[in-house]
Amino acid sequence: MKFRKTILVIIFYILTLSSSFSIEADVFIQSTVNRASKILSENLSKDEKINKLKIIAEETVDIRGIGFYTLGSIRKSLDENQKKKYSKLFREYFLKSFSSRLSEYTNPEIDVFSKDILSENYTIVNSLLKGTSERPEVKIDWRVYTKDPENPLIRDLIIEGLSLARTQKEEFASILNSNDNDINALFKTLKEFSKN
Amino acid sequence: MIKKILIVVFTTLALTLNVNAGSDGDLILKKNEPSEVKDCFEKINRVTFAFNQTLDGVIIKPVASFYRKLPSPAKTGVGNSLENISHLLTIPNNFLQGDFKQAGVNTGRFIINTTLGVLGIFDVAQYLGLTNYEKEDYGQSLAKLGVGPGCYIVLPVLGPSTVRDTVASAFNYLGGDPWYNITVVKDTQYFENSDYYYSKGASGVDFRAKNYDSIENLENNSLDFYASVKSLYLQDRQQKILNSKKIVNTQNDSDWEEISQ
Repeated sequence: MKFRKTILVIIFYILTLSSSFSIEADVFIQSTVNRASKILSENLSKDEKINKLKIIAEETVDIRGIGFYTLGSIRKSLDENQKKKYSKLFREYFLKSFSSRLSEYTNPEIDVFSKDILSENYTIVNSLLKGTSERPEVKIDWRVYTKDPENPLIRDLIIEGLSLARTQKEEFASILNSNDNDINALFKTLKEFSKN
Repeated sequence: MIKKILIVVFTTLALTLNVNAGSDGDLILKKNEPSEVKDCFEKINRVTFAFNQTLDGVIIKPVASFYRKLPSPAKTGVGNSLENISHLLTIPNNFLQGDFKQAGVNTGRFIINTTLGVLGIFDVAQYLGLTNYEKEDYGQSLAKLGVGPGCYIVLPVLGPSTVRDTVASAFNYLGGDPWYNITVVKDTQYFENSDYYYSKGASGVDFRAKNYDSIENLENNSLDFYASVKSLYLQDRQQKILNSKKIVNTQNDSDWEEISQ
């Protein structure tokens, strides 16, 4: 009897402990956005801002997942070496593209206002980028992968209903189509982008 | 004569593009899926796209750059007036799509904003509860009838479109757009032909100014700018046809299945 009680207490303790580490998707996004906003409003050089934004992206975005999603069905035909090479090139491309896009904004104000739990694995977090005198407000939805509740990851940004992951996927498909589905052509394009 | 030709073209298009009046949302969604829209004229499209980019750099971008520096109330007033004019095309399309309630709301919005809102400069109707305005056109109405988009095309000056939407826009010039009728077709003492073309030009500049940073950003960070614009245009079009702000299958989860953490 005592043994059963001990087991129950242990299970309860583990459950409480594990749930205490899970991060709600909306809290995760608001905190990520706040971190990025802080960097963008600091008096730093553009390069310093880009480097700091890259760290945030590495911690909060599923870069590897987005990379293989973006590649489409051709990923199934790649060998291990090609997959490794692609992952490396995509990571460099993504971090450069992501941080350069964000670094153009100074002190952006983003408010998270709701979330929609699609499934155990996905939650859409809704937010609003406040308008300025030069641009209207922009609705931004974040597709968060929540399979591991302790470590949620961003898989897509949907700006005014337009998915960036999907756009990137179609962009990559266009490059591959124009080059007879030769993955080396995509490698070359990614390399050139990261170098410039 | 032109009307007869158009009817023949429209009928042919309708047949070849599989008209299905009984289409439900899923079917419309599938038909307008961006990855399913073929780029049959890609080589010509890319040339036209390059021409449009040059035109943008020489004329539209500099004008938009000046426009976005105007005081906010002035830009809001211009944006509101242009939106008010667009009701004239939206309302008949609300009817065509069987959305009678929205046709009533939009008619109310147009009357209130044209009168109390001083020719649409002020969006008074929104304060009276007539909000959520969505533009409609003949391309969207055809899509609602089940007509697929056909091939993707890039039009000189006007930009991205599809065969369906281009053919449908011909209705604007054959009596389907009341704003075109009262400015260009009918010889009224209140409007000049130029009013129509100024309003179209202003709409283009207003759009470019509102999306100024996003377009620059996209251009600088795209591996293939043409493909990015095509994808974004077709996604946007799909949403407008469905009149949905919801995230419509932005990602098929099955695509992620074998991508392990």
